[in-house]
Amino acid sequence: MTTTTRIANARPYGEDPTDLYVRDGVLVAPVDEPDATVDADGLIALPGLVDLHTHLREPGGEEAETVATGSAAAALGGYTAVFAMPNTNPTQDSPVVVEHVWRRGREVGLVDVHPVGAVTVALGGERLAEMGMMAASAAGVRMFSDDGRCVNDPLLMRRALEYARSLDAVVAQHAEDHRLTVGAQAHEGPVAARLGLTGWPASAEESIIARDAMLAAAAGARLHVCHVSTAGSVEVLRWARATLLPGTSAAVSAEVTPHHLLLTDTAAEDYDPVHKVNPPLRPEADTLALRRALAEGVIDCVATDHAPHAVEAKDCEWSQARPGMLGLQTALSVVASTMVTTGLLDWRGVARVCSEVPAAIAGLPDQGRPLAVGEPANLVLVDPDARWTVRGADLASIADNTPYEGMELGVSVVHTMLRGRWTVQDGKVAG
Amino acid sequence: MPTRRRGGPVPNGASNAEGERELLSPADLARTVARIAHEILEKTAESGAPVVLLGLPTRGIHLARRLAERITAIDADATVAVGTVDPTLYRDDLRRQPTRPLAETDIPAGGIDDVIVVLVDDVLMSGRTVRAALDALRDHGRPRAVQLAVLVDRGHRELPIRADYVGKNVPTNRAEDVVVSLSECDGADGVAIR
Amino acid sequence: MTVQPDATGIGLRHLLSTEGLRREQAEALLDTAASMEQALTGRAVRKLPTLRGRTVVTLFYENSTRTRVSFEVAGKWMSADTINVSASGSSVGKGESLRDTASTLAAAGADAIVVRHPASGAPHRIAGWLDRVGHSHTDGHVAVVNAGDGTHEHPTQALLDAATLRRRLGADLTGRRVAIVGDVLHSRVARSNAHLLATLGAEVTLVAPPTLLPAGVDAWPVTVTHDLDAHLATGPDAVMMLRVQAERMHGGFFPSAREYAVRFGLSARRADTLPDHAVVLHPGPAVRGMEIASAVADSDRAAISEQVTAGVHVRMAVLYHLLAGEDSR
Repeated sequence: MTTTTRIANARPYGEDPTDLYVRDGVLVAPVDEPDATVDADGLIALPGLVDLHTHLREPGGEEAETVATGSAAAALGGYTAVFAMPNTNPTQDSPVVVEHVWRRGREVGLVDVHPVGAVTVALGGERLAEMGMMAASAAGVRMFSDDGRCVNDPLLMRRALEYARSLDAVVAQHAEDHRLTVGAQAHEGPVAARLGLTGWPASAEESIIARDAMLAAAAGARLHVCHVSTAGSVEVLRWARATLLPGTSAAVSAEVTPHHLLLTDTAAEDYDPVHKVNPPLRPEADTLALRRALAEGVIDCVATDHAPHAVEAKDCEWSQARPGMLGLQTALSVVASTMVTTGLLDWRGVARVCSEVPAAIAGLPDQGRPLAVGEPANLVLVDPDARWTVRGADLASIADNTPYEGMELGVSVVHTMLRGRWTVQDGKVAG
Repeated sequence: MPTRRRGGPVPNGASNAEGERELLSPADLARTVARIAHEILEKTAESGAPVVLLGLPTRGIHLARRLAERITAIDADATVAVGTVDPTLYRDDLRRQPTRPLAETDIPAGGIDDVIVVLVDDVLMSGRTVRAALDALRDHGRPRAVQLAVLVDRGHRELPIRADYVGKNVPTNRAEDVVVSLSECDGADGVAIR
Repeated sequence: MTVQPDATGIGLRHLLSTEGLRREQAEALLDTAASMEQALTGRAVRKLPTLRGRTVVTLFYENSTRTRVSFEVAGKWMSADTINVSASGSSVGKGESLRDTASTLAAAGADAIVVRHPASGAPHRIAGWLDRVGHSHTDGHVAVVNAGDGTHEHPTQALLDAATLRRRLGADLTGRRVAIVGDVLHSRVARSNAHLLATLGAEVTLVAPPTLLPAGVDAWPVTVTHDLDAHLATGPDAVMMLRVQAERMHGGFFPSAREYAVRFGLSARRADTLPDHAVVLHPGPAVRGMEIASAVADSDRAAISEQVTAGVHVRMAVLYHLLAGEDSR
C-alpha cells in the first residue's frame, strides 16, 4: 500500500516554512489528504548528510563498532549515506570483503553503507588491490583509499590514480609522508615541544598533497584529499586548482573533519589520548584557515573521520593510544557552531558541504539531491535552537571516545529519512 | 610572629594587643634568663662534664644563646657550647597538620657524646616537641645526661616529661595562647597570655 | 596541571613536572633538601623516622640504576618502606596496562608511586587515574612522582641540578647564566632544567645543532644558539652537558660523533675558557671524549658526584613534602 506523508512546517535550508510531501521514497507535489502528517514545527530541513570518511570497524573491530551500531550513529547524526574505510580485518581489499560490508549495511538499513576499497593489498603500500573487481562487485566501489596509511610511494600512487581513472573512481589519499612522521604523536610546534611529544610536521601533509595534485593532473585522474588539517594545505589546494588542473580532465577535492574545525593542539596538555588523532589537532590559526577554506570552497566538504576505539586503545599512555575519535553524532553540531554561528556558512552552505558536494565527489546519484519534487526523499530535520551535552556513553557507537565529552553543543538532529522511511524520529532510531 | 601555643594568629609585638595580659616584662625576662643560667651552672658543675646548650627552633635557639652568654659572664672558665636541633623530622604529629618547613640543625663540632645536653625551648606544653628532640639526639650521639630548660611551663603535659629549669610556671587553659617575644626575632622581649 | 594546590604545606600533591612549579614551591623544596643534608651530616645514624609506615613504590619501565637507587635511599633514610617494581620480572612485562598496574599498586597500599616511563605524560595519566578513583583502603591520596617520562620531564633531576648550583654559586640563582648543551630535542633533563632554572631567575641558553632542538623551542623561557664557543666566550656561570644517546648518533641528527665532539663537546680547551667559578654539570652517565673530555669530567669544576649526593637530598625533600604532612582528602 502506498502512502503519502506530509512534513508540515519544515524550513528547507533554514528558509521559509513549507510542507514537504513524500510518497514511494520520493518528494512529491502537495496532495490534499496525506495519510500521515509529521509536524516539523519550524525544524530546518536539509538533504540527508553524506559522510565520505567513516570507520565502521566491521569486520574485525566489533569491540569498538559494528555496521549496525555505526549505522545507528550515522542516522542519529543526520546521515543517509556513509563511506566505510577499508582498514578492517580482513582489509576491504577484495570483492568478497567489500560485498560483505555493503550487504551488512543493506541488512541494517539505517543508512546507505558504501565500502571504500583499499588502494593496496592489506594497506601494505606495495601492490595494487583488485580495484576493478571491487568496482564491478555488488558493492560498486567508486572510492579507493589506504586511509590510516598514506600511499607513500609516488610511483604506486601514480599507478593507482591512472588505474582508478579507468574505473571512474576517485582515490582518497591520507596525506602523510611517513618518513617525516616517524614516531609522531602531536602537531609539531610549541605544545608538542613542551609536552615532549614527537612532532607531526605540517609539511608531511602539504608535500604529499602537492605531489599528488601533480600526479593527478598528469594522469587526468580524480584525487580526493582526506582530512585536510593545515593552513598550508589550503594554500597548496588553492595553488593546485589555479595552476595544475586547468586544461586537464583531473579533479582534486578535499575534506575537513569537524574536529579540525573546532579543536586545537592544546587539547593534548592533559595527555588524555581521547584527543589523539591523525592528522593531529593543529593550532588555532589552522582551524580558522580551515573554516575560511570550507566557506570559500577551497575545501569542498566535511567528513567525520568517525573512528571508534575500544577503551583499552585510549585508556593508556598517549604514545600507546590509537589515533581517532567519534564524530558521526556530533558533526552537524560542530559544523553549525564553527561555520553557521560564525556567519561563514548559511544552512544552504551546510547542505552543500555536508551532503551535495560529498555525494557528487563519490558519484552517488541518489544522495545530496535538492529538496524538490521528484527527488529522492533523503532528508534530515534539524532543531537549530537545541542545546545538548555530549556523553560518550549515550552515543550509539559501542566505543565512547568522543573528544566533546561533557561539552554543550548546539543543534540537534530530530528526524532522519532514508528514501521515504524514517530512520530517526524524535532523536531516536526508528523502530 | 611570636611563638604561640594554640589559637589563631598573633599580632606582632606582645604585650599591648587587645586581650593580652603581661606575664613577664623585658626586665623580668632578663632576670629569669640570668637565674636559669645560674641554676644550670650549679647543677652541672658537680659532674665536670662539658655542657652543650641545644636550642629548639625558633625562640629556643635565641634563648640558648642568651643562656650561654650569661653562663660565661658568670664563670669565664665554664665550657659551654651552643647549637640547635630541629626535631621536626622526628615529630609524631606530622600527618596531623600541613607539611612543616624544616629548620636548622647545628650540632657543635665536638658532638654530644658524653656531654650534658641542655635542651632549651621557650614554652613547654604537651612535651611532644621535647620528645621528638630526644629522639633526634639519639641519632646524633650518646650524651652523659640530657636536661631541659624552658622559659614558661604552661602545663597540659601529654607525656612523662618535666623541665629541669623553669623560668615561670603559668597555669593556663587550653584555649589561651602564651606569647613569647624576643628582640632577636620579634623586636622586643616579653611574655604575655591571651 | 603540574601542581594541584591544596591547603597543606607548599601545595604539592604530585611532582609531575617543573613547568608550572611556582618559585616559592621550588625554593621550599630546595631549602628542605639543604636541611636534609644538614640533618644528616656527620651523624652516626643516617636514618630519620619521618616517613615510618609510609610506602614508596618505584615503578620503573626503563632501567635507571642511579635514579631508582637515589629514590630508594631517600625513602629508606626517612624510614619509608620502599618497594621496587621494574618492567622485567613483574606483570608489567606481561602486558598489563599502565592503569591496572597503577591501580594495583595503589590498592596494595602505596602512598607514593615514583614512575619512570618511556612514554611522555605517563605519570600525568597515573595521577589522573588515581585522583579520579580514590582509594578505599586508605581513603587517601596517592602521590605520583615523575622520575623521567619519555622526552618530557625529569623534575627531580632538575631540582638536584639546581641544588648543586646553589651549593656552588649561592642560594639565589637570579641572574646566573646557565648553558644547556647537547641533545635538547630528546632530553627530559633539558626541559625540566629550562623551566626550573628560569623559574628560579636564572638565564638559560640552549646550545645545540638545529636538528637536536624541538620545533617550537622559541616558546620556552630560554635563548638558543648553535655556537658553543661563542657562548662560552660570554662567560656563563654554569655549563650543563646533556647525554647523547647512542641511537642518535646513527639517526642522522648530526654527521658523526667526531663532528659532534668538535662542535659541541666540552673539551679541556673549551673548559679552560670558562670563568674560574663556573660549574660543569652532567646528568650522567657521560660519554667521555664525545660530550665531555675526561679531564673536564674529573676536574674540580665538575660537580658530577655532588649532583649524585644532592639527588638523594632532593628526593628526600620531595618525599617529605608529598608524604609527611596531613592527608589531603
